[in-house]
Amino acid sequence: MTVKQLSVFVENRPGRLCAVTEALAESGINIRAVSIADTKDFGIMRIIVNDTDKAVEVLKEKSFIASAANVIAVIADDKPGSMASIMKTLYNDNISVEYMYAAFLNTQKGEACLILRVDNNEAAEVALKEAGCRLLTEEDIAQI
Amino acid sequence: MAGKYWNEQIETMELSDMKKLQSERLVKQVKHVWDNVPYYRKKMEEKGVTPDDIHGVEDLYKLPFLSKADLRDSYPYGLLAEPLSECVRIQSTSGTTGKRVVAFYTQNDVDMWEDCVARAITAAGGTKEDVVQVAYGYGLFTGGAGLHGGSHKVGCLTLPMSSGNTERQIQFMQDLGSTILCCTPSYAAYIGETLHEMGLTPDDIKLKAGIFGAEPWTEEMRSEIEKSLGIKAYDIYGLTETSGPGVAFECEEQSGMHINEDNFIAEIIDPDTGEVLPEGSKGELVFTSITKEAFPLLRYRTRDICVLSRKKCSCGRTLVKMTKPMGRSDDMLIIKGVNVFPSQIETVLIKDFKATPNYQIIVDRIGTTDTFEIKIELSDDMFSDTIKDISTLEKKLSADIQQILGIKAKITLVEPKTIPRSEGKAVRVIDKRKLV
Repeated sequence: MTVKQLSVFVENRPGRLCAVTEALAESGINIRAVSIADTKDFGIMRIIVNDTDKAVEVLKEKSFIASAANVIAVIADDKPGSMASIMKTLYNDNISVEYMYAAFLNTQKGEACLILRVDNNEAAEVALKEAGCRLLTEEDIAQI
Repeated sequence: MAGKYWNEQIETMELSDMKKLQSERLVKQVKHVWDNVPYYRKKMEEKGVTPDDIHGVEDLYKLPFLSKADLRDSYPYGLLAEPLSECVRIQSTSGTTGKRVVAFYTQNDVDMWEDCVARAITAAGGTKEDVVQVAYGYGLFTGGAGLHGGSHKVGCLTLPMSSGNTERQIQFMQDLGSTILCCTPSYAAYIGETLHEMGLTPDDIKLKAGIFGAEPWTEEMRSEIEKSLGIKAYDIYGLTETSGPGVAFECEEQSGMHINEDNFIAEIIDPDTGEVLPEGSKGELVFTSITKEAFPLLRYRTRDICVLSRKKCSCGRTLVKMTKPMGRSDDMLIIKGVNVFPSQIETVLIKDFKATPNYQIIVDRIGTTDTFEIKIELSDDMFSDTIKDISTLEKKLSADIQQILGIKAKITLVEPKTIPRSEGKAVRVIDKRKLV
């Protein structure tokens, strides 16, 4: 039960983030969560959108380097210690986190969402479910 | 004035006598090559020339050219004209793989080479009283070995420092009173900068002259080096194919380099047609080694573009003068003193990516140091959503480039279709250095 994440290569120069987001906007793609990993010369934009395959297609048409990868979207309660317990669950099962970022926060429900890129999606799913965590699906993302 | 020339007879020889000497040596050399180098003999036969057709320098144009491709095709022994048992030395160009050139020397060849360098050192004011600091790289590269040998020949106290460890270079200059520095011009400039950073001035060292070569440099760079080190800076020219540095050298007039034409006959040709051009024309420099025994190249195309001049020189030398190379007739770049062909970089890209991505080489000079950047358009196959994977790729590329070229390049990955193309073809090289 993973969700798709869009990754885009962006050069570190003015106007590139604008170009990526405008391309998505023109195609009516909604951004649910975003993070940028940056180096001196380039960055990788990681985005959760409502239609990842379409987003990849749109960006490739515009000569961007874009790809889709499966990541884990796990719901964390909006209270102290909930993220720590998720991390502990993964740590106990020897699952390594490559990177992570937080997504939309539902203040009404008191929920946050963590996007996790781990070295073993299947193992992480099992571990998190056993620990009673709720994982989001593609459908969940599309319906938000 | 005593000691002004290393070999006065040769260096001030009348042109007619020089032509006579060259002719005698050429006739002998052509026969030597014909008898001992089947590769070149075949080339001569294909052109319908035999040693009987060569009576003197006026017949030189009849001989076929040799190019770097010939050297590659005949690597390593194909152009060797003496048994290996007669050879005492090997030197090689800077590239560690790819378009490498390996040259062989007999003892006479080494003596001739060192004699040429001795002329250069003498022209720069060097005598046996001098302390010569050789800060060219030692090893297969001809820079260190050439200046080292020439310095010995003159009888100078020779400091075989090799390049690098700049503060120690300066320490030795101070402690041992070096008077002549030999290295690449960019390293000389760097030593000058370091000297000032260390809070020293030219008054704290005894350097009076520098002999700098192996890479292109400008008059601005010359005056900068002269000022920062308090010296007079002399240019020296050479290539491994013919021997090494010392094929041509500058005198106190600092207006072009005298070619040691008793050993190397120089011609200027049209790089497109191969036709010999009259004196004063700009064209490709071609050398014929007329005294080398082990590796005697006839009509070797240097790919350097320059002009020859027989205008009377105030130093009294009658040896023909060449200008600094004004460019290349091929796509070779000289970066940090190292010969770089774009095709070598392509080889690495093909190996690492199994395809040729669009790339661009950007060379610039910041202050006096060359910068070398390779921009590569990222492709889907190379992309990953983790920085770690892309960094690994960059590091591998960087290491492979260094392995092939011997120098570091900054690798910059860029988005597709961002490298400018002209008429649909990518512009492979941008050289921003203003060297001429």
